[in-house]
Order: sequence, then C-alpha cells, then structure tokens
Amino acid sequence: MAVSTSPVRTVAPAKPTSGRARRRQHGQGRTGLLMVAPAGVLLVLFFVVPVALGFALSFTNARLISPKPLEFVGLDNFARLLDDPVFWTSLRNTLLFAAVIVPAQSGFALLLALLMNVKMRGTNLFRTLYFIPVVTSIVVVSILWRFMYQPDGLVNSVLHWMTGNVVRIDWLNDTSTALPAIMFMSVWQAVGFHMVIWLAGLQTIPAELYEAAEIDGAGRWHQFRYITWPGLRSTRTFILVTITIAALSLFTQIHVMTGGGPLDATSTVVFQAVRVGYQQQQTAYASAISLVFFLLVLAISLIQRRLTRERNA
Amino acid sequence: MATSGRSPRLRAAVLAARLLCAALFAFPLLFMVVSSLKPDTDIFKDIGSARAFLPIGDISLDNYAGVFDTVPAARFLLNSLGISLVTVALGILVNSMAAFALSRLSWPGGRLVLSLVIATLVVPFETFALPLVWWVSKLPWLTVHGLNLTWSTGWLDTYRVQVLPFVANAFSIYLFYSYFQSIPRQLDEAARVDGAGWFRIYRTVVMPLSGPALATVSILTFLPAWNSYLWPLMVVQTEELRPVMVGASYFFQLKVHWGEIMAYSTLITLPVLGLFLAFQRAFVNSIAATGVKG
Repeated sequence: MAVSTSPVRTVAPAKPTSGRARRRQHGQGRTGLLMVAPAGVLLVLFFVVPVALGFALSFTNARLISPKPLEFVGLDNFARLLDDPVFWTSLRNTLLFAAVIVPAQSGFALLLALLMNVKMRGTNLFRTLYFIPVVTSIVVVSILWRFMYQPDGLVNSVLHWMTGNVVRIDWLNDTSTALPAIMFMSVWQAVGFHMVIWLAGLQTIPAELYEAAEIDGAGRWHQFRYITWPGLRSTRTFILVTITIAALSLFTQIHVMTGGGPLDATSTVVFQAVRVGYQQQQTAYASAISLVFFLLVLAISLIQRRLTRERNA
Repeated sequence: MATSGRSPRLRAAVLAARLLCAALFAFPLLFMVVSSLKPDTDIFKDIGSARAFLPIGDISLDNYAGVFDTVPAARFLLNSLGISLVTVALGILVNSMAAFALSRLSWPGGRLVLSLVIATLVVPFETFALPLVWWVSKLPWLTVHGLNLTWSTGWLDTYRVQVLPFVANAFSIYLFYSYFQSIPRQLDEAARVDGAGWFRIYRTVVMPLSGPALATVSILTFLPAWNSYLWPLMVVQTEELRPVMVGASYFFQLKVHWGEIMAYSTLITLPVLGLFLAFQRAFVNSIAATGVKG
C-alpha cells in the first residue's frame, strides 16, 4: 500500500483537448492513492503489521517489558504449547463451546426468524424485544447473569417455580455446569442478531413459490424443506461462519464470569492467550497461542465454506 | 416472504411462542433495571417471587448515588462517549474516502487493494490483539509543547491507543464501496463536465447520497467502540482514561454490592438502548446488511 506524498492537486476544469483523457487518467492515479492513503496507513499499522508480528514473535523470546534483547528461539514456544495442559484444556473447552453454540444459536435464531415471518400484529414489538440483548454489552450481560447464576439467584428461583423443587445449583462454581451456563447465556445474548440475518434471507424468497406449492397441495413441512431451506443457502453459510468465529473467540464472558475457573473448566484459547500474554507479559508465548487460534479460525471457516457449498451443489 | 397466518390454531401457537420468547429476553434485563432501584436486602427477598420484576417496595435512586460515590462513573461515561464518537467520525472520513477511490478511480493496485480488504474480513481481532499490545508499546509519538517537539515511545495508557487502531475498518470500506457502486456514475460524469475535481465529487455528489451507508457504518462502529473491553483492559491502566466497560468489571471487583452493580450496568446500557430505540430501523438494517453478501 503506497503512500502518496504529493500535495493535493486540484483538477483543472476539463477542457475539450486531445490530451484530456490521458491527463484525467493520471490525475485519477494520484487522487486515488491520496484518498486511500489514510486508511491504508492505518490498516498497515494496526492490521498487517500486528498479524505479521504475531507470526514473527512466536519464534522469539519477546516479553511486553523486557531488559533482554529480542532473540530467535526457534520452535521453543510451540514445544512448550504441546506440554502445556492448560492450553489443551482451553482448546478443548473452546471447541466444545463452538460445537454446542453453532447449532444451538443458528437453530434458535432460525426458529425466531420463522416466528417473526408470520404476518401478525405486534411483530415489530417482538422483534425489538428479542433484539435488545444484542445491543446490550456482553460485559453487562455477563455481570447480570453472574448475579442470576448465584446459588440464591434468579435462575435457581425460576427453576424452583417451574419444577416445584428447591434448586441450589452453584452454576458458575461447578466444573460440570460452568461452561453450559455460559453457553446458554451467550446464545441468549447473540441470538437476536442472527434472527435478523435469517429474516433478511427469508424475505428474499419469492412469495410465488409458496403460492405455487400451496396450489400443489404441499404441506408446511414440505414448503420449508423444498422452498425455504434451499432459499437460505447463502444466508446459512454466512451465519455458520460468523457464529463459529465468534464462538472460537470467546473471552469476555469468561473474564467477567469465571476467570477461567473452576479448575480451568472454562478457560478458552483467547482467555489463555490474554492470561499469558498480558497478565504474565509473555508476548512470544501468547503469540504462539494466537497463531494456533488464527489457524483454527482459518481452517474451520474454509472447511465450513466448502462443506456448505458442496452439499448444495 | 411472510407466510400469512392461516389457521387460527397456528396463529395462537405462534403468539404463545412469541410471548414465551419475549419473557425469556425481557425478564433478565427488567430484573436488572428493577434491582438497581432496590436495596440489596429487598433484591434477595424478592427473588423468589414475581416482585423481582416489579419496582415495588423500598424504591430509590440510592444505588445510583452510590455508584458515583465509589468510582468516577461520569468520567468513564465521557471517556467512552468521546472515544466512540471520535472513532465513528474519523472512521467515516477515512473509510469512505478509501471506498470512493476504490469505486470511482482507476489507479495502480486498486483491484489488489480491494481484494486484500475483503480478505481481511474473516480475521478476528483476538488473533492479533496480543502482538498488537507489544507493537503499540513500541510506537513513537510526537508531542508538541508550544514550539518544542518531543518524541516519546509507547502508546500504552492514552486515548489515541483506544481510537486509532479502530479507525480504518475493512468492513466499513466494503459497505461504503458496495453502496457507492449503486450510485449512478452519470452523476459524477455530469459534475466532471461542470469542472468538479474528484474530492469535490466525493464531498458534494457521492457522500450526500449515501445516508443509509453512513447510518450503517456509524452504528457498526459505535457499538463495538462503546462496548470494547478486551483491548482497553490490556492497554489502559490509569483510572482517568478508563472506558465504561472496563470500569464495570473494575467496579465489580471493588465491592459486591449488587444493587449498585445493577445501577452501574443500567447506567452504561441506557445510552445505547436509547439510541437503539430511537433508530431501530437503521439498527436492524445495519445488521441485515452484514449478512447480505456472505
């Protein structure tokens, strides 16, 4: 991305001369570079360089504040990763989180979109309500749910009311319930976002298809199976990829609600990268973890894109 | 296409499902707001009944007063407001200019830059956040004191480190680019015949026609800026520079006084909620826009 240092050149009023086309072409090149330059410089500084650094630093001994000079250490950081039980636990938790969140959230969002797609009074009001958690910060949502998940909190009291039994689950302090509790809350917070995207997809399906199907006597299930589902092909890919990437990036909920505990039961890859890279200031090791995360995101979005494409081909 | 509710039984089932979901989404937030008005003893006393969602009993704004006594909450709010607004304003300028150059001007490397911009869309911030912390701690900055210029090293603990990394945004460039592509080129041709330069065409022809793209980009920049957590958590230590979300978790660690915590949470949610309710259509269209070209 080149940076143009030339001063702003005001383009002279176009005169009908023979060289006009050429001059305009030339002016375009300069103006073009000039207009792209601010975004270009910033993207290089804050995207290209740090991504490249992430690769480079993983092979060094970099620390956030260090008196020692930067040294190349080969694959040491990766060797350390292989022997780090917290890393493997974090990776397993992250994959488990994604494996549950992706179908649960996209499925629930589709269900909500179908509910919103029935023409009835009050649709806008309901859509607004479902969307409010999306505009609420995940930090606020995490604090609120941390309160609700307490043994004497709202969740247990609602369960008590529903089942008739006194429930005293300490959701976030039990290794078997902590991660599922965070999964549930994460779906609750983000599902409205994907509902809107599904809904936009649903509205691109032509009405005539449903009318024709109705005339042919197709039932509701058949209409969904043969009209709605195929019609949502590109929406589906988008939703699956975005939810997967967001799920793999899980950090804030963990940081606010459990701090990775109990016994690393909720530690995730990004959470561990932050713990190592920021709290312990080991930039190099954190870069190695980030690199694994980067490859994971890349691989999964490529696989998902391919699978979705093939199935529909 | 909306399926019109045909049978009354279907309509009743749909309505029931809608109401159930509405309760699921609304009640936790209602609980937050209601609890922010009660003393802790009442919050826990009411949890076992429907009173948990009703502003009844010993209602007051004491928790809110408590928030301002405990932390500089007003400062946190102003910090976040300033950071978010500056990020939005600079982002609109920088990204729309880049998109204009990509959409309207032919220049060497234009195609390549566009495909690079699109390729960056799938890379989440978390993959390079940690190297970025290291990188910004090494960046230089020029300070002007009257006539004296001094170089300093390190961007940690500043406002600029909370703004500048988020100004240029590939997705904003892409949104502006697709919108500009839909504006007829005859309009710029006409302006060129009248002698307008490219900057002028950008400023007076294309941008004034791009209201919807501006709204979408503003919303999609403002929300993450207001809600940002991971980044300021790592790069800001000084209390005076702290944004609201980091302030929230900090507040939470100071003392466990749930009424006040709920008050703080309500306080930092209301501005965004207000914006959302006022510009609902634009919000929903922005989100829908993200999914248009998967």
